[in-house]
Amino acid sequence: MADNILEMRGITKQFIATRALDNVNFSVKRGSIHALVGENGAGKSTLMKVLSGLWPYGTYEGDIVYEGEVCKFSNIKDSESKGIVIIHQELALVPYMSIGENMFLGNERGRRFAIDWEKTHAEATKYLKMVGLSDSSKTLIKDIGVGKQQLVEIAKALAKNARLMILDEPTSSLNEEDSKALLDMLLEFKKQGMTSIIISHKINEVAYVADDITVLRDGKTIETLTKGVDDFSEDRIIRGMVGREIEDRFPKRSGVKIGEMSLEVRDWSVYHPTYTDKKVVNNVSFNVHAGEVVGFYGLMGAGRTELAMSLFGRSFGTNISGHMSIHGKEVKLHSPRQAIDHGLAYVTEDRKGNGLILTNPISVNTTLANLKGVTKHGVIDRDKELLVAEEYKNKLRTKTPSVTLDVITLSGGNMQKVLLSKWMYANPDILILDEPTRGIDVGAKYEIYCIINDLVAEGKSVIMISSELPEVLGMSDRIYVMNEGSIVGEFTQAEASQEKIMARILAVDNAAKESKKS
Amino acid sequence: MTKSKVMTFVQKYTMIIALVLVTAFFVWKTGGKILLPQNITNIISQNAYVFVLATGMLCCILTGGNIDLSVGSVVCFVGTIGAVLMKNELNMWLAVLVMLVIGLLIGAWQAFWIAYVKVPPFITTLSGMLVFRGLSNVVLQGKTLAVTNAKFVQIFGGGANCYVPDLLNGEGINLLCIVVGALACLVYLFFTFKANISRRKAGLEAEPLYQVAIKALIIVAAIIFFTIRLAQYKGLPMALIWVVTVIAFYSYITSKTTIGRHLYAVGGNESATALSGINTKNVYFFAYANMGLLAGLAGILTIARLTSAQPTYGQNYEMDAIGSCFIGGASAYGGVGTVPGVIVGALLMGVINIGMSIMGVDANYQRVVKGLVLLAAVIFDVVSKKKNR
Repeated sequence: MADNILEMRGITKQFIATRALDNVNFSVKRGSIHALVGENGAGKSTLMKVLSGLWPYGTYEGDIVYEGEVCKFSNIKDSESKGIVIIHQELALVPYMSIGENMFLGNERGRRFAIDWEKTHAEATKYLKMVGLSDSSKTLIKDIGVGKQQLVEIAKALAKNARLMILDEPTSSLNEEDSKALLDMLLEFKKQGMTSIIISHKINEVAYVADDITVLRDGKTIETLTKGVDDFSEDRIIRGMVGREIEDRFPKRSGVKIGEMSLEVRDWSVYHPTYTDKKVVNNVSFNVHAGEVVGFYGLMGAGRTELAMSLFGRSFGTNISGHMSIHGKEVKLHSPRQAIDHGLAYVTEDRKGNGLILTNPISVNTTLANLKGVTKHGVIDRDKELLVAEEYKNKLRTKTPSVTLDVITLSGGNMQKVLLSKWMYANPDILILDEPTRGIDVGAKYEIYCIINDLVAEGKSVIMISSELPEVLGMSDRIYVMNEGSIVGEFTQAEASQEKIMARILAVDNAAKESKKS
Repeated sequence: MTKSKVMTFVQKYTMIIALVLVTAFFVWKTGGKILLPQNITNIISQNAYVFVLATGMLCCILTGGNIDLSVGSVVCFVGTIGAVLMKNELNMWLAVLVMLVIGLLIGAWQAFWIAYVKVPPFITTLSGMLVFRGLSNVVLQGKTLAVTNAKFVQIFGGGANCYVPDLLNGEGINLLCIVVGALACLVYLFFTFKANISRRKAGLEAEPLYQVAIKALIIVAAIIFFTIRLAQYKGLPMALIWVVTVIAFYSYITSKTTIGRHLYAVGGNESATALSGINTKNVYFFAYANMGLLAGLAGILTIARLTSAQPTYGQNYEMDAIGSCFIGGASAYGGVGTVPGVIVGALLMGVINIGMSIMGVDANYQRVVKGLVLLAAVIFDVVSKKKNR
């Protein structure tokens, strides 16, 4: 029998209306990396909450056997004292505290009341070194990037003497390079005997790093695949997750005519709003045509979102310069309202943060960008609003019992559909979709792609910003590659490939390094 | 299933249930005195300023839990100006107009800093609280100024005769009051059923008719009970007319218009609202300028009821208004709350006040009780939401 550090047996977790986990069995071998995959709502997070004591003993059925003994955790402290540490998807760091302070928050070094700062920073430095961070432990969290913050979280976990580390979507906000580094670090820790559980939507990463993969679907364990025994291909894993084959991950677009130029941007430059001497978008020129999907690929921090938001009525940045023409006419847009009136829509990458009003009904969110459509003399026609919401719910196949429910009740994919509904109802000509499929499951992604295809078929233009290279390659007619605020390449669909695009980014990076040296 | 239905019912109507229970408690403790016609009249007249201020405060709170601390001082300052103007024999209506405009200007002054310069509302209105209290003192030189304009006092709900005259000359009972009550019921029934029917016609899901009917029955019964009680005393207090006007107007604004929608949207998610093409600055400006206007109206009601202006008037009025909002279900984070809810909150406070006064509870203990009620209401709100998740 294999040496299992953890066995979860027959775990069932019932919420008022739904059964989130249904007799789940899950065991993790000592010193392995075990991936937990499944669509949104499959129960991954709930399972990990049960394990970490966030759902205390007694609120679920079944047993947790850790290091050979049955555990009855009543809170997170209990599980942490045993060395089970969870790192959440949303980073839980205090921006205005230093790395060291954050690392030992609630776990302070020193005597009873006085914190021993020397010890704090000495230990912090030690753990930072383990995760390959050379920043001073006195640096404030707000001053380091998301990638480094993720590493601080891991260092924090190590400082808690973690023996079983649970990482919930650790790479969701990282670029490919940082993701790779993080995964390699997990492999390094594995050599030193650490056991990790990783939850991820990114199948290629899972296949790269995991020894075992457990697939959850609708709260049930579907299968556990083992490296070297089972097929670890992406198609195989996805089949387990969705319960069917996905023939083609990107729906075909046929017979869409690419028309006249709808948007042209020339010499567009934007400076950072707080660090006003930092140029975040540098002399960018590009264009989009009617009926065309233009992909914007780049690593995290390449300036794509900043470019998009600055175009959308100067919603980001200061000291913006450059020219912008819509349907051949030069325009100057000073507010989102003007942008919307000129047929522009910006569908944010951050649906919860600045896309949707989570505590308002689907209907209210649907009409928010075009209230005029349901308003007469300043008075809202509620019935008409509901009809509009129903119409888009059916059109985009949003899964919800009623459009009067709050958006917060929806899954990520359905939230994205409501966000798209909102902007489709504003009836734009040019849609900028910023990471339209981030954090949503495979099935929902496919539906979003179909919606994009429908939009261009109607003669609209779509600018799709994405950090997922396969998605950019699969969906775009043309691709712009951005790096550090500039456009460094343009490819047509025919000439683009994963290697060429990455090579272009790396070439620029190397050139920059070379010039710095000389 | 039925259990969860009961739970959602209790959650939805918590404060109404609380109001009924608290009233029942005082009926028991005061031997029914609290429901005497005179006391019911008092609940309205004494708390008119709370209803008005709480309505305005709700708009501020909706934008994101922001409050206006200056309203008490603004009430006092506006009242002071009004008293001075009327002492100098200015036409009463002109004086009223000046008072409202001053309220609005003060509101706009604060709103400007809050909305366009992004000074935190707490600081801006704390400043206003000090400034306008100070200015009231300066103008009045620390003394009391009597308001002697009898017509003004009568129309804005002060003095002994501040009731709508019974044009129908009922004997022993105020007939006009009853007629108005009946009309109010009819108007209410007409609009609720009309809305429900048109929703059905549009093919949308609508509340089942029996539910609408039960709700309507309860509300109609309440209105009728209320008006009969008032009719048994001296009829419709003038203050009630003003309060109902404000409530009706702002209920409509917040629930049916784009202005209202914008208030909720900003409180729900400001950056999403801004990216949807809504000028969030204007929304803040509206909320605080409007609060000034309503503080002006509250100032008018206050000097009329007390027939004088004093530098100490309006103290802690902001707390009454804020308290009513939170008891009435407004969220401390913004985006949630309704005018009817806030009115129920204000009524609950009013009933507790008058009930305890009738029982002869010491004023200091009254404060203790009110403070605890406020905390309890918010605790209940927070806890019930947590369970909902």
